[in-house]
Amino acid sequence: MLSIRNLSKTFSSAGEPVHVLRGVDLDLRAGERVALTGESGSGKSTLLHLIAGLDAADGGTIRLEDTEVTKLSDAGRAALRRDRIGLVFQQFNLIPSLSVADNLVFQARIADRHDATWTKELVERLGLGSLLKRYPEQLSGGQQQRVAIGRALATKPSLLLADEPTGNLDEDTAEDVLALTRDLVARTGCGFLMVTHSLHLAGALDRHLTLHAGRIA
Amino acid sequence: MRRALWILAVLLSHWRRHKMQFATLLVGLIAATALWSGVQAINQQARTAYDRVAATFGGSRTAMLVAPHAATFPQNLFIKLRRAGWPVSPALEGRVQINGRSVRLLGIEPVTLPVDVGNAPRLGAADLSSFIAPPGQTLVARETLSDLQETEGAAPPISSGAKLPPLHVLPQLVPNVLVVDIGVAQRLLNKPDQVSRLLIGRPKSKPAPLASIVGDQLQLIEPTAETELERLTDSFHLNLTAFGLLSFFVGLFIVNSAVGLAFEQRLPMLRTLRACGASARLVNTVLVVELVALALVAGLIGLVCGYFIAAVLLPDVAASLRGLYGAQIPGQLSLRPEWWLAGIGISVAGALVAATTSLIKAVRMPVLATAQPRAWQQRQRRWLALQSCAACVVFAVALLLLRYGESLIAGFGVLAALMLGAALILPAFLELLLLAGQRSARRPLALWFWADSRQQLSGLSLALMALLLALAVNVGVSTMVETFSRTFIGWLNGRLAADVYISASDNAQGVAIRNWLKQRSDVQAILPGGRAEVQVQGQPVELLGLPDHALYRERWPLLEAAPRAWSRLVPGNAAFISEQLSRRLNVRIGDVVEVPAPSGSWEFDIVGIYADYGNPKGQLTVNVAALIRQFPQTPQTRIGLIVANENIPGLIAALQKQFALDDRSVADQATVKAESIRIFNRTFAVTSALNAFTLGVAGIALFTSLLTLANSRLPQLAPLWAIGITRPRLAAIELTKTLSVALFTVLLAVPLGLLVAWCLIAIVNVKAFGWRLPFHVFPAQLIGLVTVALLASLLAALLPVVRLARMQPASLVKVFANER
Repeated sequence: MLSIRNLSKTFSSAGEPVHVLRGVDLDLRAGERVALTGESGSGKSTLLHLIAGLDAADGGTIRLEDTEVTKLSDAGRAALRRDRIGLVFQQFNLIPSLSVADNLVFQARIADRHDATWTKELVERLGLGSLLKRYPEQLSGGQQQRVAIGRALATKPSLLLADEPTGNLDEDTAEDVLALTRDLVARTGCGFLMVTHSLHLAGALDRHLTLHAGRIA
Repeated sequence: MRRALWILAVLLSHWRRHKMQFATLLVGLIAATALWSGVQAINQQARTAYDRVAATFGGSRTAMLVAPHAATFPQNLFIKLRRAGWPVSPALEGRVQINGRSVRLLGIEPVTLPVDVGNAPRLGAADLSSFIAPPGQTLVARETLSDLQETEGAAPPISSGAKLPPLHVLPQLVPNVLVVDIGVAQRLLNKPDQVSRLLIGRPKSKPAPLASIVGDQLQLIEPTAETELERLTDSFHLNLTAFGLLSFFVGLFIVNSAVGLAFEQRLPMLRTLRACGASARLVNTVLVVELVALALVAGLIGLVCGYFIAAVLLPDVAASLRGLYGAQIPGQLSLRPEWWLAGIGISVAGALVAATTSLIKAVRMPVLATAQPRAWQQRQRRWLALQSCAACVVFAVALLLLRYGESLIAGFGVLAALMLGAALILPAFLELLLLAGQRSARRPLALWFWADSRQQLSGLSLALMALLLALAVNVGVSTMVETFSRTFIGWLNGRLAADVYISASDNAQGVAIRNWLKQRSDVQAILPGGRAEVQVQGQPVELLGLPDHALYRERWPLLEAAPRAWSRLVPGNAAFISEQLSRRLNVRIGDVVEVPAPSGSWEFDIVGIYADYGNPKGQLTVNVAALIRQFPQTPQTRIGLIVANENIPGLIAALQKQFALDDRSVADQATVKAESIRIFNRTFAVTSALNAFTLGVAGIALFTSLLTLANSRLPQLAPLWAIGITRPRLAAIELTKTLSVALFTVLLAVPLGLLVAWCLIAIVNVKAFGWRLPFHVFPAQLIGLVTVALLASLLAALLPVVRLARMQPASLVKVFANER
């Protein structure tokens, strides 16, 4: 479903080029759950951003199902994220001025893929029933991350990308959130790629990859 | 479409959570639109009135033929021209006195009156026969009917004893003019077979050349796009427009500040929207749509407010225009659809201009924020340097305009460049001051105080610029008005030389009054006066006749005079000229001026120049006896008296009893002076109101900036609170910081305001009105304005500071939580 070949990305820092990714190859099947670890600055987040089309690669290809992501325009990449990718961030990135209910259906409405039954199921599974009228600032970190996961899955995406989704949560909450995510990913059948620092959490997924010196080790 | 609406709903949800910010944005747009539209409504109302004047049966918008050297010419020239195919129509103009009031009498010939003489009030076929057939009609505006204290259908007598045809109201007619058939006018004005001008319609075929029919007896006057009244009042309306524009820009400062802050606060939301797949184009389009929608709503509210502002100010503006220029403006507001459309347009355009920076940022915004290190400090320094360079360029433009500019627009250009330059250089100036403070600070809290003030400066600079401009304009205009007021009162004291002023209803009554006065022992001197109107170099000029009396030599103020100036007036071959006319005609002492008189041309040497504040017409002062010799038709109805103070009330009472004179026809010097000062004060009431509005809007700008800044100040203040500085102390420090930068700004505004006053007095007034005033500084007034500005700053700073002092610790703790 996701196929990455020879992907490279270079940044400039203080006038010097920094080669973050140096020919990454990666394959991910539908329904497969993969953890990506690596030391700080190894390029994990960059790889995730390139897959999501948040940034453009310098070389190589990314193919999601039948779409060559690296050949898409900015608008094309936006459409891809909207319709086929779910994104979960460490900082939750909820919209502070929207209630939990509105945040949950936010992406699905933009994508025109709102499904009330599925949203209701998400609310139940994520335990958000009593929180729907609250605003993000009135929630704990774990609750906010559950809303973010719900928002990402509300469109029933082909691929769920999570960038350190448990980085701001305590250990118990992190495990709860991951367990929920795994269940929901299994329910939707989408692919799941999670960047994490935690080897313990990485071990809970189907496959564990490590990024080192810009390549998959 | 649904996608766009959903994004719009998300963007609008920001305002639901930030109500004060939303109110700020709306207040800015409403204030900007209201003040601008209010001023435009007044200007439009006045221009409509001028158009009515210009279109009164062939005003200055109609081509016409006049005699080059005389006020009237024989009617047979009209017949010759008609026979030669010229589509001309005769008109005769003069003044008559009714119930002691002087009114313009216009005689027309309705049958030949061209249909295309501007927007002349039409006479229908039914009305035409009533107008021509005896006894005829006197067409009159409703306002004039009321001023004359007459009713429709009445036939009041004029000063000669002859009666006007019955009065008939024609609503669209301009005030202060009576329109009759030309035959009636010739009889009433005692000018048989004479016409003042021939109005020219559109010829069907090319007529014979003018000179071949009438030789050089007549000259062609082309229609002018701008009427005399428009030319005279240009400066007044330019002044109003300048105020409106200033208020508009100050309002936009508020909008800019609110939109800028909203954008900064919504950056994460915009990034999330983009991360969730909303395309950059769609998000940016919806941002613009949101702004335009808000501008439309605020624009509509602003227009309604502008209407009320205009309605409140209009009576004072109308009084000013009547007092200064003799222009009659209806006191009731009527607006055209263009005004509403222009108001909405200016609101939308203003909002887009104010939001330009934020919109450009939104267009350029990358989805990933982390890839963009901010380097805020360096950017800020670069921006300050650029702004300072721009200020220097603008100052150079001001100098060039000052050196080479000749027009009134150039005068306003100097003012605008001066203020723009000062506003641009203000942040750099404040940055230098705060840097100096930071370098001299030793204690850590003091160091933080100065450093944090510098960091806050970028967020406050626009509001401070608004405060600087508003206060500078207030200082400038107040100084100018106060200077004018003192000069005017001093001048009035000299100019109103007589102790009692009488205006007889006609010449016969004038003679009777003079004979009666000669027998009274309490009258020390009788000073007869007279006035006539002529055209000099195409400009209306008033000839003022004064008697030869020692009182005038002692008290009548002359700015410049030739030796023995007063004695040289007596024979009738010398005159004084008003300052504004001397500038318009470029006439100095010793020059010769020629005016058309009934018996031919009248020449005299200019032997004196005098101030004549508030008179829209140029004026020449001559000996009254010489004036009556040259203009035998001059009404001899004005009489001044010298009377001992204690005898004035008794004399006035006796005059009123003997000749049935009302208060308008006889008044003592104190009453006339009080009335003049009342008119003067009313003239500047509009300026004072606009001054107050502008300062008020600047206060709101400062308040909204501080309020919005306060919301983003927590991350800077929370660490200080965490290390043990109490909330009340933090609040006090915040207040001191705001007041310090406001004080620096206010202190800079004072010299700038004085420079503005100098520009108004030495450049704008001279070009606009033709008179120059002495420059004075009024320290008490300056202290008052500085106090008001600081109080406004204190009020603006108070609410955010009180909120900080009362803030719950939980809100400060949140800063340390790893949440956004």
